[in-house]
Amino acid sequence: MSTLATRARTFKPPTRIGKVSTNLILTIAVIVIAAVLPFFYDSGSGFMNDATVALIYVVMALGLNIVVGFAGLLDLGYVAFFAIGAYTMGWFGSGFFSTADIHIGVSEQLSNLPGIHINWLLILPIAAIFSAFMGALLGFPTLRLRGDYIAIVTLAFGEIIGRIAVNSDEGVFGIGTFNLTNGRSGITPVDKIDIPLVDRFTTLNLRPWYWTALALALVILFINFRLRDSRIGRAWVAVREDEVAAISMGIPTVRVKLLAYAMGAAMGGMAGTFLGSFYNTVNADQFEFSFSIFVLAMIILGGLGSIWGVVLGAIVLSFINTNLIPDVLNGVPGKLGLDFDLTELGFGIFGFLLVIMMVLRPQGLIPERRHMVEFEEGIGGGDVETVVETRG
Amino acid sequence: MESASIPARPSRARGEVVREFISRFGLIAILLILPVAYGIQDLQDDGDLSRLATNIKDGLSNGAIWALIAVGYTLVYGIIELINFAHGDLFMLGSFVAYSLMGTIGLTVATGGIGLFLGLLLILLIAMVACGSLNTMIERVAYRPLRSAPKLAPLITAVGFSFILQNVGLLWLGGSHRGVPDLIESQERFTTIFGVPLTHGDLLAVVVTVPLFFVLLNYINFSRIGRAMRATAQDPQAARLMGINVDTTIAFTFLLGGLMAGAAGLIYALYQTDVWFFAGFTAGLIAFTSAVMGGIGNLKGAILGGLIIGIIQQISDNRIGTEWTPAIVFGYLVLILVFRPQGLLGEQTREAG
Repeated sequence: MSTLATRARTFKPPTRIGKVSTNLILTIAVIVIAAVLPFFYDSGSGFMNDATVALIYVVMALGLNIVVGFAGLLDLGYVAFFAIGAYTMGWFGSGFFSTADIHIGVSEQLSNLPGIHINWLLILPIAAIFSAFMGALLGFPTLRLRGDYIAIVTLAFGEIIGRIAVNSDEGVFGIGTFNLTNGRSGITPVDKIDIPLVDRFTTLNLRPWYWTALALALVILFINFRLRDSRIGRAWVAVREDEVAAISMGIPTVRVKLLAYAMGAAMGGMAGTFLGSFYNTVNADQFEFSFSIFVLAMIILGGLGSIWGVVLGAIVLSFINTNLIPDVLNGVPGKLGLDFDLTELGFGIFGFLLVIMMVLRPQGLIPERRHMVEFEEGIGGGDVETVVETRG
Repeated sequence: MESASIPARPSRARGEVVREFISRFGLIAILLILPVAYGIQDLQDDGDLSRLATNIKDGLSNGAIWALIAVGYTLVYGIIELINFAHGDLFMLGSFVAYSLMGTIGLTVATGGIGLFLGLLLILLIAMVACGSLNTMIERVAYRPLRSAPKLAPLITAVGFSFILQNVGLLWLGGSHRGVPDLIESQERFTTIFGVPLTHGDLLAVVVTVPLFFVLLNYINFSRIGRAMRATAQDPQAARLMGINVDTTIAFTFLLGGLMAGAAGLIYALYQTDVWFFAGFTAGLIAFTSAVMGGIGNLKGAILGGLIIGIIQQISDNRIGTEWTPAIVFGYLVLILVFRPQGLLGEQTREAG
């Protein structure tokens, strides 16, 4: 027994130990830099705002990455879970239902106001569970389907949820007169996040927002790493690579797929609660199809299935969206003598980016190792796709 | 990953029989719910079915537009198994081309009969050719380089191109709705049958789509390149061994789909008298629903599906409320995919398993 253990130890290549530790050092360095970043910027500055939003997009992208990157289920309706999370925040953390009078764990100032006011720390798990449930529910009809059909069904669900958000200010589907979402006017104001022992969260002091977002992102990041290497994570990859083989290996594909939907949705929902509070409004215009594509573009840019790639992709695209396009590049068309607003073209630019990225570097900025192999070899050898390849 | 099918099934249990029954008749039952329910309501309220009949008639005219777009989806899907997300936006650009040309040629409401006819014919041809060539170009740039890549890749470039085309439209005519001159007085009725008014718009839909579908179906069934298309759809490798140029055939398929989208663009502009850069997205989804309903890859199915979706949409617009129509159509899409992924007329596809 002991000899075996010694042998195992001696067999461990020393280079690998070195590599692991450099990775670890790098990770810690990134976290430390991210944590001290606010001290170098004004606490109410635009940069802090952009950085906070970027971190929340990291959470969303990591959630979508579970569904699309790990389990290979192309979800084009991810915005639905952002909506569900945000509305959970809106319903339980604002004066929207003014007839109700429920206050749990909120400051004295809030507890005198009408409506339902519950502390964000409690809304977070509620939203996560509710989103996960909805994720599994919406995922259910796609279980029998493959590939493109999943994309279409999820897209349809995203659109249906979006329509409900827009039109449910007086009854749902024209039934009843209950105001569920307040449509395009939205639910506002939404309670600020309030965490005991932390500075007050205000629009002028963005540091607590940033650190909360960072903490959430780190927790989700950790969960993602653990999930990826777990039994479930390996099952997801197996289902992605070859569903029939996975079934015959005894993987319960139904449960595994539903878990992927639920996990991804829960993360989207949690991010939704934060953004609902951060933007101080939950209105239907936030939940458009283009948002799903925005998050999808992040994980594709970074590299499908690659956790660090997804983090990078989310941060890069978020900054392009909130900083580069409106602030830096917006003067360019005017200087060139063209008359249009570049912010309107944001999604055209994303579209262009998607096409360029797919044609030139389909594996993303930091590709996942397993995907990388596929892209080099090409999958489905002898199948239709490879056959049609030759150019006339 | 692609060629996989569900493992061999055990002998038919009772559940299997029930499931087969639901699969065969469930969709038809679901489709009949709305018309039957409102038909009964009409009989109770008005004593006749003329309101429902008007809904169905309007639905058929509208559905002709969806059918034209759906054909583009189904052709492309049939041959390379790709959902061409950009197709709806291509249709939108077709309606923009038609709108702009009306101004260029100088067609106004005052233009007389012959001039109007020739002018619209010219616009129809130009819009068709413009969309056809654009679609072929998109295939060349965004899909052909990715033939050997995983399936996700061309789907994502398709979404990307959808956004690009939308923004082209946005730059071209701006973000607001543009009113199209009502050249054919589309709501003007020319006759009434059984209490159902037939309008100029309906006439236009019939006059343009019926010959187009007739030519298209015959062309694909009997011409040389049509045979090549069907062969490539069945088995690209075998098709190439038989001397078919697969790439040209695929490009030609995109051309055909684009031609139909261009025609749909003109009819839409004249019928709805309104063009908008975002109209393509919803139209694309509705048309895709039609294609799936008919059985994707099946031309006649796409046409049938387009007409049915048109009717559902019209009934929902008229009875439930315009703002809920997209949600209802997408709800139908989900139900179809759950109960009968192969559609009304379609054959089992590999995707739908």
